[in-house]
Amino acid sequence: MTRKMTGAKMIVQALIDQGVDTIFGYPGGAVLPIYDEVFQQNSIKHILVRHEQGAVHAAEGYARSTGKPGVVLVTSGPGATNAVTGLTDALLDSIPLVVLTGQVPTFMIGSDAFQEADTVGITRPCTKHNWLVKETDKLSGVLHEAFHVATSGRPGPVLVDIPKDVQFATGTYTPKAPSTSHYQPQLKGDLEEITELVAAIEKAKRPVFYTGGGVINSGPAASQLLRELVEATGFPITSTLMGLGCYPASGDKWLGMLGMHGLYEANMAMHDCDLMINIGARFDDRITGVVDLFSPKSKKAHIDIDPSSINKVIRVDIPIMGDVAHVLEDLLKVWKSRGRKTNSEAVAKWWKQIEEWRAIDCLKFEQKGKTMKPQYALSRLEALTKKYDRYICTEVGQHQMWAAQYLGFEDPNRWMTSGGLGTMGYGFPASIGVQMAHPDSLVINVAGEASWLMNMQEMGTAVQYNLPVKQFILNNERLGMVRQWQELLHGERYSQSWSEALPDFVKLAEAFGAKGILCKDPDDLDDAIMEMLTHDGPVIFDCLVEKHENCFPMIPSGKAHNEMLLGEADTQGVIDAKGSVLV
Amino acid sequence: MSALKIKKGATSHSAYNLRPNFSDVIERHTLAVLVENEPGVLARVIGLFSGRGYNIDSLTVAEVDHTGHLSRITIVTSGTPQVIEQIKAQLGRIISVHKVNDLTVEGSTVERELAMFKVAGKGEHRVEALRLADIFRANVVDSTLESFVFEITGAPEKIDAFADLMRPLGLIEVARTGVAALSRGD
Repeated sequence: MTRKMTGAKMIVQALIDQGVDTIFGYPGGAVLPIYDEVFQQNSIKHILVRHEQGAVHAAEGYARSTGKPGVVLVTSGPGATNAVTGLTDALLDSIPLVVLTGQVPTFMIGSDAFQEADTVGITRPCTKHNWLVKETDKLSGVLHEAFHVATSGRPGPVLVDIPKDVQFATGTYTPKAPSTSHYQPQLKGDLEEITELVAAIEKAKRPVFYTGGGVINSGPAASQLLRELVEATGFPITSTLMGLGCYPASGDKWLGMLGMHGLYEANMAMHDCDLMINIGARFDDRITGVVDLFSPKSKKAHIDIDPSSINKVIRVDIPIMGDVAHVLEDLLKVWKSRGRKTNSEAVAKWWKQIEEWRAIDCLKFEQKGKTMKPQYALSRLEALTKKYDRYICTEVGQHQMWAAQYLGFEDPNRWMTSGGLGTMGYGFPASIGVQMAHPDSLVINVAGEASWLMNMQEMGTAVQYNLPVKQFILNNERLGMVRQWQELLHGERYSQSWSEALPDFVKLAEAFGAKGILCKDPDDLDDAIMEMLTHDGPVIFDCLVEKHENCFPMIPSGKAHNEMLLGEADTQGVIDAKGSVLV
Repeated sequence: MSALKIKKGATSHSAYNLRPNFSDVIERHTLAVLVENEPGVLARVIGLFSGRGYNIDSLTVAEVDHTGHLSRITIVTSGTPQVIEQIKAQLGRIISVHKVNDLTVEGSTVERELAMFKVAGKGEHRVEALRLADIFRANVVDSTLESFVFEITGAPEKIDAFADLMRPLGLIEVARTGVAALSRGD
């Protein structure tokens, strides 16, 4: 049924038709008609952020924790340009977002009007697609298509730029219908290639599953099928930062995260395997290290819905283009129909080798004295919260890697982190978006103090909506990862990598009307964490940790997976081959 | 000396020094890209090439289906086989792109380009220019007592050759359309 209505009303109507319950935004001149419509309805909840970047990250948190697209509404000019970091972040991590921006009226476009920016021009390289809608009659069609593009194939952010006169004018509203556009990504994988992979699985002596964010983006069925495949074959599985939770951390086939700060056993297995099965990962440079030395002896299969990911960095032997869940379903079917074969004897030997690597216990640390190790803080956080219905966000840096190493994820969509772009300031607003989607769950943002300060204004949002997000700040008064690289690669010249004027985080929390907790003694940590958990409201937890702790294990740049640094590397003098670098 | 056995202050160790060791033979490919004729579509294609560091040797674009609002962009690009594959995959990822055809691998193609040359000169040079134009089947589309404008169509190599000949004869301006291409046969 088509109906006449204003463009502004169409926007709200289209969002309702698309099943949107929450939007994140910030009003301004060019979106006032839309905000007027938002005011006059009760179906959609609008969360007023304190900065447009926060709105986009919050929508990312919402999207990643629900599997639904996140929706953002911001004004023209600065509203749109402030959204750019979030858009780029979502593009690199394949997060479905629909971002609506106001624009100056069509007759003023190009005149350098007040708060005018070439929004579609600026956001073209940082969106999956974008539209400037110049006619009200076309608006509803574009909005429905925007949701289709954002969520189909490899998900990503899209942007619809809507001039103010288009919002005021009346036009015909077209309801949501199955998309008829030519953009219909292929979901099923080629059966011949799937069969080739099955044959490789049957013969493999040293196989490993290398999984990534694509498994999570494919939906819960993909994680279920993956678990079934891993259990049935008995092959070891590792995952990228983005894929954590697609296989449970408590599972005995789990090797932990791989990559630059991944676990020793995971990276060694990747290096020495004879069959690498990449499922929804993209051979990112944080994973491969130097590509010439990347897993030299393996046959490589790659399941990805995006053809441009295949053979982009690493040449693979068995490329399978398709959606992870669809491909895994067919893969299991073919494998079972051929008798569920694996080379179990060889795989058992492979596991023996992996157990030897595991025995090195690359994440071990020692908490002694009164200075808190960040690893200890996270181990305690894990122990005290893993029973909860829990969602974890992070900022970017050392704390992010430690969180990935020391926290365990049992399910997909429970881990929100900025992987591809590495956006400091992501975690806090993301935690707000997650908490909006899961009001009764425990949402913790593991942060570094420097990252957290980048979007600290969102404390106002958390307090306004009484969102009990827990900001667990590992405070080392340093830009820890920058400091670590300066120590290792730049002769210990710590250029601009520490904060000389940090706020008192407890007072800061109180100034916003929230609760602040300071913890500096490891003996007080458990009680302090419990105090944070039992407080019904947002908390800033200022956890003072060792200032010069380095994040290990680490594959130094330009090195292969089997050349990891395993910690306690003496950064003052010549490296002790026995203690620091294990081959 | 640091833990990585890298000299103090060394800056050459970048995490990004990671280019794969694929074949490094540079190939020249002609791609035909069918796109929706909508505002900004050319910017999407060009932005992809500049953003990802690919080469454009030649590019032509015009609407070829007025009812379906489809334009055909013919791009001549060069790169290693892996880069060419990436270019095609990345082009295919643009939502406004309907189809990407690599004419170079799909069999033999007809490639044509139109060019105009302004040649100024007197006496022997003027006569020689006209004589060569005749050999190359170039048409005179404008003439004064001291200049010609030649129009020539052909494969880019033919146009290059004509330009080389005209240069000593008083070539003062060139306009070229870039390559339009179709595959031969059906």
